Amino acid sequence: MHNPEIYSETISVIEPKKRWKLINLNELKQYRDLIFFLVWRDIKVLYAQTILGFSWAILVPLIQIVIFTVIFGRIAKISTDGIPYVLFSSVAIIPWSYMSQVMSSSSQSLVSGQNLLNKVYFPRLIFPFTPVLAKLVDFGISMVLIFFVLLIYKIIPTWNLLLFPFFLLVMMSMSAGVGLWLSAMAIRFRDVRHAMPFLIRMLMYTAPIVYSASSIPEAYRFFYSLNPLVGIIEGFRACLLGTPYQWQFILPGIISTIILLISGAVYYNRMEQIFVDVI
Amino acid sequence: MLDSETAIKIVKLGKQYRIGLRKEMHENLIGAFLSTLKSPWENFKKYRSLYRFDDMENFDDSNSEQHDIIWALREISLEIKRGETVGIIGRNGAGKTTLLKILSKITSPSYGRAEIRGRISSLLEVGTGFHPELTGRENIYLNGTILGMTKKEVDQKFDEIVEFSGVEKFLDTPVKRFSVGMKVRLGFSVAAHLEPEILIVDEVLAVGDFDFQKKCLNKMENVGQQGRTVLFVSHNMQAVTRLCSRAILLDNGHIKADGSSSEVVSQYMTSGTGLTSARRWDNSSEMPGKEIARLCAIRVKDENDHVQQYFDIRKPIVIEMEYDVLKSGYLLLPHHNLFNEEGTWVFTTVDSDPKWRGQKRPAGKYVGKAWIPGNLLAEGILYVNALLFTLEPNTLQFDEKDVVSFHVVDSIDGDSARGDWAGSMKGAVRPLLKWTNQHEPFK
Repeated sequence: MHNPEIYSETISVIEPKKRWKLINLNELKQYRDLIFFLVWRDIKVLYAQTILGFSWAILVPLIQIVIFTVIFGRIAKISTDGIPYVLFSSVAIIPWSYMSQVMSSSSQSLVSGQNLLNKVYFPRLIFPFTPVLAKLVDFGISMVLIFFVLLIYKIIPTWNLLLFPFFLLVMMSMSAGVGLWLSAMAIRFRDVRHAMPFLIRMLMYTAPIVYSASSIPEAYRFFYSLNPLVGIIEGFRACLLGTPYQWQFILPGIISTIILLISGAVYYNRMEQIFVDVI
Repeated sequence: MLDSETAIKIVKLGKQYRIGLRKEMHENLIGAFLSTLKSPWENFKKYRSLYRFDDMENFDDSNSEQHDIIWALREISLEIKRGETVGIIGRNGAGKTTLLKILSKITSPSYGRAEIRGRISSLLEVGTGFHPELTGRENIYLNGTILGMTKKEVDQKFDEIVEFSGVEKFLDTPVKRFSVGMKVRLGFSVAAHLEPEILIVDEVLAVGDFDFQKKCLNKMENVGQQGRTVLFVSHNMQAVTRLCSRAILLDNGHIKADGSSSEVVSQYMTSGTGLTSARRWDNSSEMPGKEIARLCAIRVKDENDHVQQYFDIRKPIVIEMEYDVLKSGYLLLPHHNLFNEEGTWVFTTVDSDPKWRGQKRPAGKYVGKAWIPGNLLAEGILYVNALLFTLEPNTLQFDEKDVVSFHVVDSIDGDSARGDWAGSMKGAVRPLLKWTNQHEPFK
């Protein structure tokens, strides 16, 4: 039970909201139990009343890998720098499914959570961030798939694997950045929902998921790599398969991820004060 | 700064909304087509403008030609002492909910400030965030943390919450299989076990069965006596006088009265803002309305053309709207919305007089009567909104909320829809239906 003496001294001031106050970490800490339960709700509800349950987290990427391997590996014979196509695509598809899932549910998080938004206060940042955490469970489960593929091809982990947490973080930040931007935008412009499938398809083809980044002509590589997805996918590939890190593809993306995340937070903050009024 | 005995201090708080989404109408195909091409840009400007007020910085009435801006709250200043239980009353649209939403940080004010001492929990709805797929147990945790408890606090109160709700048997059943009543009980039980310094409650007692409501009122009374500050919005005047030592009457975004709850409640009940079944505006400058039409008077009458406050459920009720049409040549849509005590929208009725369907009306004085048949409305208090739209172009001339009200009474001796049943009956309407029975004796 809380201690009344401590709480009684906390004075909160309500004013027309000041802009440019980015993230209130203290407040988020106070609400950590809520964050836990919201994430847990998303995980629990996702496969409610399904027969296969969490097997879907393996089945969906597995089918995708099979399709891509047949179409792009066997029929279109896309160059993969000598890596077997199954290996090549599975280490890309799994982070990609995480990112696409987070982006689509995060962008709708405020609109679909408007009942909560209207009835109770908690830090609004929790809305777009919940999918970022919740989808990690699916991601973790589908990593089993990668593990088996690596086992089949007898790939031995190298020191490259040490950077795995780092790329995980970049992947989460980039999805969060997009989520912040789009969820705040979707409050005013419901067009976001209709544009989302299209945007996700576009992103998929602009990233080296089905093809190799090295097939991009030298002259365009820098612009190409500004797409944060390029660095993330290439990073995961190098880290899991033990191929050399190609920092020319990875670094620009990391910088744009940082920009995306910060600008997303700024925009989100600016919009926060009007969410409830225009929803 | 706050002194230690003050729980809430509000200084000149104001809140404005933009509502205007006026649309042009097009008379021909080409116009409609052109506007389709133009509309993405128009829509972009419209949706973007919804949160911008920078074009109206000085907030006085001189901006009233900006029809699409409404003030939900204006210049609210008040102080609430620690341990006080304060009722907030007023008509629909008086700003009660907006005030609660600002204090619970759901929306931010446009002007002014408020200082709050202590942890605050707001209860604007029962069972906020309940997920149908989750079980009762899981929803207790989810709802509890949403309302601001920590997991540890829910752990400690869990058994008490379950016992209070009386749904022990269904704890591990998904909430989607709960009845509405069970959900409400569970939701309220969680809420009743919050231990904030300040509790904000909006009209949530209007749900649930009568016994459970009483249980909740008792629980709230205890909360008040434990030195907690409670803000309580309600249309239930008995609850307000019983629970609250002090009441604040809001009207049109302003504080109209502030004092002991019995005084304020009786002022509300007797004044023009409270219960009256007839109102008229003598002064043309005060009449609600715009350049095309103005509301002059509104009366609730019986079939013999007498203004009444109480109506027998079996008898027709006539709502009479008197209005001036100042400019000829518009299609007019006078109509009424009726709400009951619980705030339920019972129905909308639009002027469908065949004489004026599709007819542009000449200027002059009109008296429109809406005949509500007997044996339709359930007993209770009904609040009437009076509105008038014009078509082509669509404009709102007036929209007076809860402008008049009346009681419907259902006496037990009558031949009304209650039949031989003397107890309480629910529902927003109580139609007298034709019942037929077949009977065959046992062989």
